[in-house]
Order: sequence, then structure tokens, then C-alpha cells
Amino acid sequence: MSAILNAVWIAPRTLRRSFTVKLLLCLCVGVSTAQAPVTATSLLHKEAPEFVRIDLENRKLDLHAYCGKVVLLDFWATWCASCQLEMPRFVAWQTQYGPRGLQIIGISMDDDPALARKLYKKMKLNYPVVMGDEKLGQLYGGVLGLPLAFLIDSQGKVQAQFSGETDLELIEERFKPLLRP
Amino acid sequence: MKIGLVGRSGITAFLLFACLSLPVQIRAQFTPVPAGSAFSIPEAQLLKPEALVQLLQTTNKDKPLILLVGSHMLFAQAHIPGSEYAGPGSQPTGIEQLQNRVNSLPRKKLIVLYCGCCPWNRCPNLGPAFAKLREMGFANVKVLYLANNFGADWADKGYPVEHGY
Repeated sequence: MSAILNAVWIAPRTLRRSFTVKLLLCLCVGVSTAQAPVTATSLLHKEAPEFVRIDLENRKLDLHAYCGKVVLLDFWATWCASCQLEMPRFVAWQTQYGPRGLQIIGISMDDDPALARKLYKKMKLNYPVVMGDEKLGQLYGGVLGLPLAFLIDSQGKVQAQFSGETDLELIEERFKPLLRP
Repeated sequence: MKIGLVGRSGITAFLLFACLSLPVQIRAQFTPVPAGSAFSIPEAQLLKPEALVQLLQTTNKDKPLILLVGSHMLFAQAHIPGSEYAGPGSQPTGIEQLQNRVNSLPRKKLIVLYCGCCPWNRCPNLGPAFAKLREMGFANVKVLYLANNFGADWADKGYPVEHGY
């Protein structure tokens, strides 16, 4: 903000009026963005937005059907190196904690499903993956960078959001207490 | 000169602390820069978000051409007003799309590239896109530095965004 105010200060007088109008317009846009109905953090402790999609194995995936399970909803893409680094751990977690009620669900934000399908096979993912799009992204507050994951408890409520490269130990520490003993 | 066990442990602990204290970007300078990495872009060509906001507001003529060279799905959700989608820089099709978009422009034209798909050190798109523009002779290319991603370093900071295609 101070940088913008400095810009107002140093702008020549002739430009200052039109610039100020543009600045106000710009701030209005910024405010309207900030007041968007759903943001990723505003989902905390609320019902996870429902969606139904067809997964990469052509099976119907209804998030609501996973009520009773602890879901780690992982947004990823083939161009996201950090996402790929996490995948082997997610596969191991699905094997280890699946019997205790953990269900990992991947949402690929790739533009091309063929790329997602290729990586899905290469990484031998043992959990369902659906293709995402901007609608699904907006539903979860806007997926404007990856990795991004949501931890959803067995009641269907969002308990945590992990944005960017996150310590996987931290994610594990967060979901373990939610699982069955 | 003999160094005792305690002294050696102290030195080891200090070195470990020093290494861990180094910012990611500085640490990366000690390791080879991967081809195509965003780290391969000279620091002088980087543009901070606040600087671009000012540039958008103050430039009346010769506005920069702002191109997103990452994922179209991210572009559709939110992008910088007036910016255009130019294909993913990490894909040959994206590089071709970028080339087609700028081919007819004067080589002095100010072009700002951005992506923000993932953390700066992991971005696969900016390095190849920047290299392509340089190869084509564009001398005035800037790259928006988004340390984490477009959401955290632009949208969440209240900078202006547009939605849609």
C-alpha cells in the first residue's frame, strides 16, 4: 500500500487526477476480490463443497459418499514438481492408513487429461483421481497455485488447508488423530 | 592444532545452522541451476508484484504486453487484468503459441511474463518462455517474481484480477 501511495505522491500533477481515479477503480476491484464469497481459508470448519465427477478409471466419484472417512483432497498437476514429490508418500499413506479410514482423493488441474492419466499410471496412484476445472477450483476458493490440499474430517468438514510446499510430517500429524484407532 | 570433540561438534552445529539459515534462493546459488528453471532468469529482469501494479497504473502509452505462460485452468480462474494467455512455457505447443503471439511485435516492446503455478524454484514454464523471447531478439522482457504462487503473492494481496478466458 505504501508503494502505491508513494506512486500517487510522485505522479506529476497533470496525471494525478486521472491516476487517482484509476487507483480508486483498482482498489475497488481489489476489494471486490477480497469479498469473494468463498476463499480457501474461509472453508475451514465448514462443510467441504460437494462435487460429483468421473475419475480416471471411469468410475463415479461423489465426495458426499466419503462421509465417515477422513479425506485428504489433493489438488495437483503434472507441471507441478512439488506435487509429484508428494505422491509416493500419499500412496504409502493410502496403504498404511486406508484401513483406519483415510481416503486420499486427487484432483488434477491439468488442461490435458491425457497428461494426468499418464502420470497417474506412472506414479501407480492407489487412490482415485478426477479432473478438475475452473468451476471446481472456484468451489474450493480458487486454486491459484499448487500444491494445495484440504483435510476433511469424517463429518465432511474442512479441518485444515495446506497451501504450497508443506512438510508432509505436519500433514500426517494433522490427519492421524482423526482416524480410527 | 587439535580441536576437541566439543569444539568439532560446535563447528558442525554452526555449519548446519548456517546452511539451514540461508534463504532458499541463496542456497540454490550453490547448486547448479537446472536448465529451464526460473532461477536461470537474471535477477535484473525480475519485476516485483508492487512494481507491476505501479506500472499498470502509471503507463498510459506503450503499455506492456503481459503474458501468462502457465496453466490455462489457472488463467481461467484469475489473471492480471489485460493479460493474455500464451500457452504453457514448459510444453513445445506453449512455446509455439508464445512465438506466434509476439512474432510481429517490435523487438523493443516491453513484455512481462508471469506464471505463479507453483513456487518460483519449481516453475517449469518461465525459464523456457523467457529464453525463447531472448532468442527471438526481445531485449525488454521482464518476469513477474511470484515467490509462492499467483494466489498467495498476487490475488490474496488484493491486487487486481480478472476472471474468465
